[in-house]
Amino acid sequence: MTTEQAISLAPGERATQLIGSDLTEKSLRLHLEGLPGVDAVGLEARAAALGTRSIKTTSKAWALDKIIELIDLTTLEGSDTPGKVRSLVAKAMIPDPSDLSTPRVAAVCVYGDMVPHAVEALGTAGGESGIHVAAVATAFPSGRASLPVKIADTKDAVSFGADEIDMVIDRGAFLSGRYGLVFDQIVAVKEACRREDGSYAHLKVILETGELTTYDNVRRASWLAILAGGDFIKTSTGKVAPAATLPVTLLMLQVVNDWFHLTGGASGGQRIGVKPAGGIRTSKDAIKYLVTVAETVGEEWLQPDLFRFGASSLLNDVLLQRQKIHSGHYSGPDYVTVD
Amino acid sequence: MTRLPVVKTYKLYIGGKFPRSESGRVYPIATSKGVFLANAAKASRKDARDAVVAARTASSGWAGATGYNRGQILYRIAELLEGRRAQFVEELRLSEGSSESAAQKQVDAAIDVWVWYAGWADKYVQVAGNGNPVSGPYFNISTPEATGVVAIIAPQESSLLGLVSVIAPALVSGNTVIVVASERAPLAAISLSEVLVTSDVPGGVINVLTGSPAEIAPWLASHADVNALDLTGAAALAGDVTWVDLQIAGAETLKRVRPPESGVPVMSVERITFFTETKTVWHTKGIV
Amino acid sequence: MPETTRFLDYAPAPESTAILSLRESYGLFIDGQFSEGHGESFATISPATEKKIAQIATADASDVDRAVAAARRAYTSTWSKLSGADRGKYLFRIARLVQERARELAVAESLDNGKPIKESRDVDLPLVAAWFFYYAGWADKLDYAGFGPNPRSLGVAAQVIPWNFPLLMLAWKIAPALATGNTVVIKPAETTPLTALIFAEILQQADLPAGVVNIITGAGDTGSLLVNHPDVNKVAFTGSTAVGRAIARSTAGSGKKLTLELGGKAANIVFDDAPMDQAIEGIVNGIFFNQGHVCCAGSRLLVQENVKDEVVDRLKARLSTLRLGDPLDKNTDIGAINSRAQRERIRQLSDIGEQEGAERWTADCKIPKNGFWFAPTIFTNVSTSHRIAREEVFGPVLSVLSFRTPAEAISKANNTPYGLSAGVWSSNGSRVLGVADKLRAGVVWINTFNQFDPASPFGGYKESGYGREGGRHGLAAYLTSASLESSGEGPSSATPITGASK
Repeated sequence: MTTEQAISLAPGERATQLIGSDLTEKSLRLHLEGLPGVDAVGLEARAAALGTRSIKTTSKAWALDKIIELIDLTTLEGSDTPGKVRSLVAKAMIPDPSDLSTPRVAAVCVYGDMVPHAVEALGTAGGESGIHVAAVATAFPSGRASLPVKIADTKDAVSFGADEIDMVIDRGAFLSGRYGLVFDQIVAVKEACRREDGSYAHLKVILETGELTTYDNVRRASWLAILAGGDFIKTSTGKVAPAATLPVTLLMLQVVNDWFHLTGGASGGQRIGVKPAGGIRTSKDAIKYLVTVAETVGEEWLQPDLFRFGASSLLNDVLLQRQKIHSGHYSGPDYVTVD
Repeated sequence: MTRLPVVKTYKLYIGGKFPRSESGRVYPIATSKGVFLANAAKASRKDARDAVVAARTASSGWAGATGYNRGQILYRIAELLEGRRAQFVEELRLSEGSSESAAQKQVDAAIDVWVWYAGWADKYVQVAGNGNPVSGPYFNISTPEATGVVAIIAPQESSLLGLVSVIAPALVSGNTVIVVASERAPLAAISLSEVLVTSDVPGGVINVLTGSPAEIAPWLASHADVNALDLTGAAALAGDVTWVDLQIAGAETLKRVRPPESGVPVMSVERITFFTETKTVWHTKGIV
Repeated sequence: MPETTRFLDYAPAPESTAILSLRESYGLFIDGQFSEGHGESFATISPATEKKIAQIATADASDVDRAVAAARRAYTSTWSKLSGADRGKYLFRIARLVQERARELAVAESLDNGKPIKESRDVDLPLVAAWFFYYAGWADKLDYAGFGPNPRSLGVAAQVIPWNFPLLMLAWKIAPALATGNTVVIKPAETTPLTALIFAEILQQADLPAGVVNIITGAGDTGSLLVNHPDVNKVAFTGSTAVGRAIARSTAGSGKKLTLELGGKAANIVFDDAPMDQAIEGIVNGIFFNQGHVCCAGSRLLVQENVKDEVVDRLKARLSTLRLGDPLDKNTDIGAINSRAQRERIRQLSDIGEQEGAERWTADCKIPKNGFWFAPTIFTNVSTSHRIAREEVFGPVLSVLSFRTPAEAISKANNTPYGLSAGVWSSNGSRVLGVADKLRAGVVWINTFNQFDPASPFGGYKESGYGREGGRHGLAAYLTSASLESSGEGPSSATPITGASK
């Protein structure tokens, strides 16, 4: 048996408060490995049960509007162009031209080098739209680049005007047990989100749950991301299958709930956000996520600062549902816009 | 001049020992022709109570042994019986009035019954238990295990073959037993006990009471620490108590009750599984 | 939605009763048709609203005679002459018809029993259909079932079932009985006869030969007449241990084969290394599913002492999202208590729990004005000598006890005259199997609870009854014991002797 190096980790305030000032690779590992395990069958059964809630009439109408307000409208393709981004922003601002009462989405999500175009498009649309610009960074989606490159990627996006950064963790490091390395990288990226005026861009930490594979890993990675200073924990890049699933999101919400109560609950507890991304295409599915949030961590989390859907095609399905509610008849693809 | 034989005292067999009845009572056993053979202990309700305690104490060890282990011990009993053939043949001739060849046949059959049941100890689970193909991610197995303590009223006519035909199947799965022997012809039961004490079977696994089934069976039937009642030999009890009364008494604690049969019970797996409980275990199956 | 309404106050999602076409009154289903009962009829009501659903017949002694006679005729002249394959085909038809009318049956079940439509739709009805499917396939394969070559049916089976899973308990009884070649007279519980009577219509649609299944309604007297009828070969009862005992006594010496599925006080054992969130779900499911009206309910939580406070806190938090209310609302989790009498029993035992010194906590549920309700309740600081740790409450009441070591957990779990089920929660594979090995219970659930399947045998140790329902083992109750012929000395007979008590 080799003795583990007591490698000191970067200062993460949450981590030192929980684990102690003796924050090392070893103490972090002991904490993560001491977390309760997850029974996959039970977790999936609970998620399925939450999915049987019947959300009708007024609840459904409210839910549909809420879903739109929680969407990060996304385009993350190699073939993205300024024109594509402009089109996306236009849709973000006016999702349904035939119904101007439709709420706006929470944010647009683009590659770092597209941020300037997004910012410009939002700006010229006039007025405070309230729509944020989220940028993926840190060699998204694979995360396979040196730390300096990932930091530069982040700093660029922040300097271009991104309100939020969606980073990816180093899954290779995580799966080989180098939790300290993963931790340190997150702390460094969080620091790279710092603007000149001292404010920070909001940091979402993408776990890429499809590559972590086991629920136990997802639990550990969620804790690690929170301890390292993430504002949000996010399931996926959307580039790997499986992307977001209801059981994985439920599990992450349970971690967030545990953290909230651990840090004081109703008296000052810290609230971390959750973002399932990829694979949520229908309103029906999205409503299941809203139910899961409300019944796991409380409906206070159903607001853009604490919950997002990373989605592109979901918006149109919600709009079709919305149209049916208002018109009384089923709608069709010609009545929603492509972006 | 013929040699004066040393006459045996026939006692009870409880907890691996040979005590007299705590009541001090005996009753005379005669040959089929009415000639005095011996005094046998007349078990009281307290002896029955002690036997239940002994059986319960031995229960976890016997049920916890592997099937292979139990099978070996039961087989050893057959070996020892084989070695004592002459003694058993002699006793059957005297107590049942059998001819030499009939007695030999009975002893042979009794030994073969032990051998047959011994072989089931590490197998009956495979026949009576199975995996269950449930519709979900669960590993699901049903497996029989011993019910615990079984009180048996042995066949009253066939004092050796009938006796082993009720004892052996109950033991296979790990039950411990209290047997009430043939009232009229208990000698084979006591001699069997001598075989048992020299075999590897732990004390308390088998307990043998001689005396009046009509007197002590009700105490066993109502005893809350007895799990099952084998009334095979209880069809014709003396006195006011019938086997149905025993079954009713057993109902109070939901005992598993096996009704009487005439003659010698046939060898069957069903006699083994009757005194077992089926346990079904579900375990979640997931790799993530 | 107004600002003050929470999302969690979900809009009503009612399941419509328009799918039902109920009669105003039902007779007895004997010999393939409905006929008048000669006892005093009674009403069946919805326990959620106390409104009457229909008028139900009572079978008196003459009706019971008629029903048994019909079953006997059908056995002798028709059913025992059919091949196993044909018996199977009838059962397959019944399974299909149940599936076709599943929604209707689920609504009727929730209406009459009070259980949430979510449960009758997602749990009860699928299992009902599955049970008939499963046993349909056994009907022509009995030679392979492990009961010897050519096992034979018994004749007429008398079956008495409880009110907690009315249609499912009916399926558990009828399916194996018919598959093995027996005919049936079955008495549903007096508070829940509705789905059995609709099922009778399904039997007519399946064209099942008259008299093979007879459904007679009534109360305890009818049940007693039925199980004690002299021309019955087999008695199967599910219900309380007290009544089970009485039946064991009254059928003693009659030669009738008897199986009993009685009460329980199951231990749900949670170790400190349990998958915690799933364990909480398992505990909640274990005692609050079906309002706790489950014989195998996990009514005793045995939690390792070092995680007791955490578990209790999480439990209470979890209960805050359980919805109690209209059984026909699709979002209801906790339905109505089946009867006023049952609710009183639950109340009484809960009051006793407080008096004994246990600490009582009740979930904050809005109780509707009409109907019979009981909010989920947890007792902590319960000792093994408390009555609420020993007696079956049969309601949504959980008693929490603690243990320090695995041996102590096993000892406490087994320290009861009951022995129906148990749950074990731990991430340690050896430990869960080692503990399961030592538990004296007929069903052990590991890292899960309340799982049922027609392929899986269900039944108890000790005073929880004897015999198994489900699986290959479930056939045994309805077949003659087969025996090998001995090669030994002496006359042998496997014919059961009947007798009477003096």
